[in-house]
Amino acid sequence: MAASMRLLFRRGIRLSHRNVNVTAAGAPGQPAGCWEPPSCRCFSEAAGDRSTHFGFETVPETEKAKRVYKVFENVAQKYDTMNDAMSLGVHRLWKDTLLHVMHPQPGVRLLDVAGGTGDISLRFLEYVCFQQERRKRRAARSMQAPSWQDISNNYSTEEEEDGPQESRAVVCDINKEMLRVGKQKADGLGISAGLSWVVGDAEELPFDDDQFDIYTIAFGIRNVTHIDQALQEALRVLKPGGRFMCLEFSKVTNPVLARLYDAYSFQMIPVLGEVIAGDWKSYQYLVESIRKFPDQEDFKGMIEDAGFYSVKYYNLTGGVVALHSGFKL
Amino acid sequence: MWLSFSRSVQRLIQPQYVLLSKVCVHKVHSSRTRFTDGCYDGLYPGHIHTTPIQKALLAVGSGVAALQNPYRHDMVAVLGETTGHLALINLREKMRNDPEGYTILTERPRIRLSTLNLSEMSSLPDGSFGREYCRFLEDNHVTPDSRADVKYVDNEELAYVMQRYREVHDLLHTLLGMPTNMLGEVAVKWFEAAQTGLPMCTLGAVLGPLRLNPSRLQQLFTSLGPWALHNGRRARCVLSIFYERRWEQNIEDLRQELNIEPPPVILSATKK
Repeated sequence: MAASMRLLFRRGIRLSHRNVNVTAAGAPGQPAGCWEPPSCRCFSEAAGDRSTHFGFETVPETEKAKRVYKVFENVAQKYDTMNDAMSLGVHRLWKDTLLHVMHPQPGVRLLDVAGGTGDISLRFLEYVCFQQERRKRRAARSMQAPSWQDISNNYSTEEEEDGPQESRAVVCDINKEMLRVGKQKADGLGISAGLSWVVGDAEELPFDDDQFDIYTIAFGIRNVTHIDQALQEALRVLKPGGRFMCLEFSKVTNPVLARLYDAYSFQMIPVLGEVIAGDWKSYQYLVESIRKFPDQEDFKGMIEDAGFYSVKYYNLTGGVVALHSGFKL
Repeated sequence: MWLSFSRSVQRLIQPQYVLLSKVCVHKVHSSRTRFTDGCYDGLYPGHIHTTPIQKALLAVGSGVAALQNPYRHDMVAVLGETTGHLALINLREKMRNDPEGYTILTERPRIRLSTLNLSEMSSLPDGSFGREYCRFLEDNHVTPDSRADVKYVDNEELAYVMQRYREVHDLLHTLLGMPTNMLGEVAVKWFEAAQTGLPMCTLGAVLGPLRLNPSRLQQLFTSLGPWALHNGRRARCVLSIFYERRWEQNIEDLRQELNIEPPPVILSATKK
């Protein structure tokens, strides 16, 4: 009863105002009484009055999405090369850590939002494939001396077993250029089964409710204009029991490391952008947008506000990157 | 001691010029500033503030990138901008001391397709500067709009001098009679190195010959090279000429006025 009340309530809100920020009902037993009216910023339909940050610049909200689109359209070709150059290859370790914490099993469905060039999805498919192989090997080892009954059972189950195809990864990105580059990469690696490429906006995903087991967004959520909306969409498309995972640049806690990191970010990264990709301003935006993103605790609060439970974060590389994780119950 | 060290580090990291007011102008020519529609941050459209550390890193990085891939004209441009401060000041002084050059500094003409009338120029008589320039553009399949905008020079007038240097490069090819193949480019670089003293030109002049085959190398060192250097030193400052008003002038007259001898070898515009 409580669950259906919550569902009706959520549908009603979505039909009327998309921007309403609802604090999650505390205990499942009292759904109707616990929500507080949100701050009325959504009711002014003159969206042009509202402004947001674009790096250190202030721009109208309507313009931010366009400018972010242009940034990623410009950097798409050299995106992976630049990632390697800027992080000295460490971004691969961060993404591998995400996969290890995720520990996906064969058969899960992943939605990789702002997936762009497909790094997370490709790693996911590889991981799941590996898990599949492990299972097969374990099964084989435990069947060293099969009986006739076991062998005949094996014949019937072999057709049903299609692990890698069962696990599906959907890469969703608002930017067609990034998806194009990602698709090229996947085709080059010969991976096409179980992988789809969809153009979509994180604030308004083109998927039905309760579709995915895992939702990831790696280094993308700071580019979204309304982060709370993206979080709500994440909640919507996840199945109950589904996991939300977010990799994002965050605040470095150690002051010495923080100063070094700042100096490196502002001095080195735009220069690398100019030399390797021929684009200073996009990478200037990148480092500025990192500074404008909320820190670990604030973001954890935002995820909890959206309705996720058991939210926790892991600091990687001293806080340069934080991995936030939450569950939909 | 620690305090003075940290202060000097701070100064290196803080940008030198902090123009906080945004300037809004009507954009007459399209430029590559994708992030501005009429308003720009900085001393001129396309200007990006850089600290001395960033300039040093850019100089090294662009040098390496340009050496690895000489077709990256934007890297050559960045190298020129980050290393050419003293040479640009020198050039500006030369322009100021020349009456025609002074006119250019005040009027700020730009050479691009939108300001040139190519059809009119190609109908000029053969042997005129405009006609030869059009012929050069056609033979070598180049356009005057392929020059990158200046970004890293922290002085508005010097940025214009740099831009003028870039735009005059093609005209220099015409004046010297050099095509845009490797040998022609190296010859022009030698001339420019002797004329302007820009470190980027000197670097190009020194490293360019490394990519030439032996016969061309011989041509360079025996006839073209000495001719280019000699003329570069004795010619009038090529940036000080108001080319836009001299399209009808006979090219030989123009060469004499600038003190440039005609090339010792006629090179054809062959593909590289």
